[in-house]
Amino acid sequence: MLGTIFMLALRSIRRHLLRSFLTILGIVIGVSAVVTMVTLGKATTAAVQEQISALGTNILQVRPGQGFGRGGGGPAPQNFKPEDVTAIQQQIGGVVAVAPQAQTSATAIYEGANWSTTVNGTTNAYFKVQPWPLESGRTFTPAEEKAGKAVCIIGSTVKKNLFRGTAALDKRFRIGGISCDVIGTLTTRGQAGFGGDQDDVVIMPIKTVQRRFTGSTDIRMILVGVDQNYSTGQVQTALTSLLRERRRITADKQDDFNIFDTKQISDTLTGTTTLLTRIVAAVAAISLVVGGIGIMNIMLVSVTERTREIGIRLAIGAVANEVLMQFLVEAVVLSCLGGVIGLLLAQLVIAAATPLMQVPWTFDPEINLIAFLISAAIGVVFGYFPARRAANLNPIDALRHE
Amino acid sequence: MAETPLISLRGVVKTYGSGPTAFQALKGVDLDIMAGDFVAVMGPSGSGKSTTMNILGCLDVPTSGSFLFHGHHVEQLDRDQRALLRRKHFGFVFQGFNLLARTSALENVELPLLYRGDPRAQRREMAMAALEKVGLKDWWDHTPGELSGGQQQRVAIARALVTEPTVLLADEPTGNLDTERSIEIMELLTDLNQASGITVLMVTHEAEMAAFAHTIVHFRDGLVDKIEAGQNGKAPA
Repeated sequence: MLGTIFMLALRSIRRHLLRSFLTILGIVIGVSAVVTMVTLGKATTAAVQEQISALGTNILQVRPGQGFGRGGGGPAPQNFKPEDVTAIQQQIGGVVAVAPQAQTSATAIYEGANWSTTVNGTTNAYFKVQPWPLESGRTFTPAEEKAGKAVCIIGSTVKKNLFRGTAALDKRFRIGGISCDVIGTLTTRGQAGFGGDQDDVVIMPIKTVQRRFTGSTDIRMILVGVDQNYSTGQVQTALTSLLRERRRITADKQDDFNIFDTKQISDTLTGTTTLLTRIVAAVAAISLVVGGIGIMNIMLVSVTERTREIGIRLAIGAVANEVLMQFLVEAVVLSCLGGVIGLLLAQLVIAAATPLMQVPWTFDPEINLIAFLISAAIGVVFGYFPARRAANLNPIDALRHE
Repeated sequence: MAETPLISLRGVVKTYGSGPTAFQALKGVDLDIMAGDFVAVMGPSGSGKSTTMNILGCLDVPTSGSFLFHGHHVEQLDRDQRALLRRKHFGFVFQGFNLLARTSALENVELPLLYRGDPRAQRREMAMAALEKVGLKDWWDHTPGELSGGQQQRVAIARALVTEPTVLLADEPTGNLDTERSIEIMELLTDLNQASGITVLMVTHEAEMAAFAHTIVHFRDGLVDKIEAGQNGKAPA
């Protein structure tokens, strides 16, 4: 029987193509709006997360100074010393690796090409703190680190601009007045979360940089890799008290260093974009409800318009439930059809919008399914009232209706 | 008479509305109709003939009195039970044809079989046979808009007889047609009555059409006024 009713509903939709199309327009727009908004929102969240994770997750960046936006008067805060690094390594639990960093900028020269870049002095721990595989070559030997040899590992941007497609490994180039052997090249890592090219870098043993470039043992930044099983918050607290103690900061003074937790930033940004996604999705959902009311409206008009038809069906021997089911199925088929068209439309809009918004194209089966089910539910909810009205018509009155 | 009537109305009263505005359309109708009869119901407007037809067609129930059909007390059946009874035993032909618009003749004729739940192939076959019976086999894929009035009424008759009903109820079937088409329709009804043994109940106010019946029932003021024999028939016993 349901098959028959389904067929009757389809016939009726086919007979009134234009009206059917207008009926589902609201659902089409509602569903495509919801799916587009949620998908683009999630894609944005994913893009933000990807950019953040490019910085490395579970990493604490420790810098002197009070951090973003504060600073102000007073003497410049002192940089960290190699002893601070040792202390962190030895005294704080849950730390995978501690990589000190001394940065400067210099111009690299190789066979007539020159390129201004960042020189980053660090240790092999740098590659343990964050996953950044080598493209070729090797990392530093302990001897090179200890002696501060002029060896370097270069990022892909430097390789491209300095060596111009020729092999870079084992070549020697000049940088900031010293000659340096290329012992390794890094894979491309891409843009950092806040702009800046992470691949535009020459990495050397920290002692080499301190001795030949900065001229002091100052450390400008310490990267602390946190064990996956430890919370970054815990480690951050331990780190703060250790550094306060070592830097002799009294209880009434504020920290003169700051710890930047990439995970925390990532969580915050993700939370913000997720919230925004929910807000736009809610607005889109309202349009879906409006679409549902549109269906009810047209179905009610349709029942009035088709009163005679209903009368004929009843006279022929349709029981009330069959008429109810026919109109209900008609509403559900219409709204599901609207849902499907809306989903397809959404995919087109998403495909068109993702390159403009510079977010990755994604297909989210969950929201597509949910939107479709909601459109079907709208058919049931908003189709029921008109259907019941049709089923309760008196056949004699219905037949007489002009 | 030994034979039990197919339809038996006893003291049927139908009142519309209530209180001081109440209107009594039927004031105690007694009527017996034998299986296989061809009955024409006549009478002036407001005489109660349409109300009687609605009750006989199980579309409406009497306010009081009894309606026996095949031994069932129809007045005690609920809405859906009456719908099932209509589905099984009754075919309807209306003055205004009442075909589904923008729907082919075949689909219109199939409709009652759909509600009966017949399989597709059987539906097609029976609907085509019914269309053939009314002489519209070659017009099966035409919609009502593409058919003349007489053809539309014949489609409606095909739809009414496709379920092989016990009773065919025709409410002024020739009311919208010219004389020539009317006579064609009446000949078709007569043929169905004689060849297939379907009991035909027809409301009309044209004596010319009523003459095709065996029995003519005259209504006046909500009561059966007189019963006489038609041209083709004989007076009831």
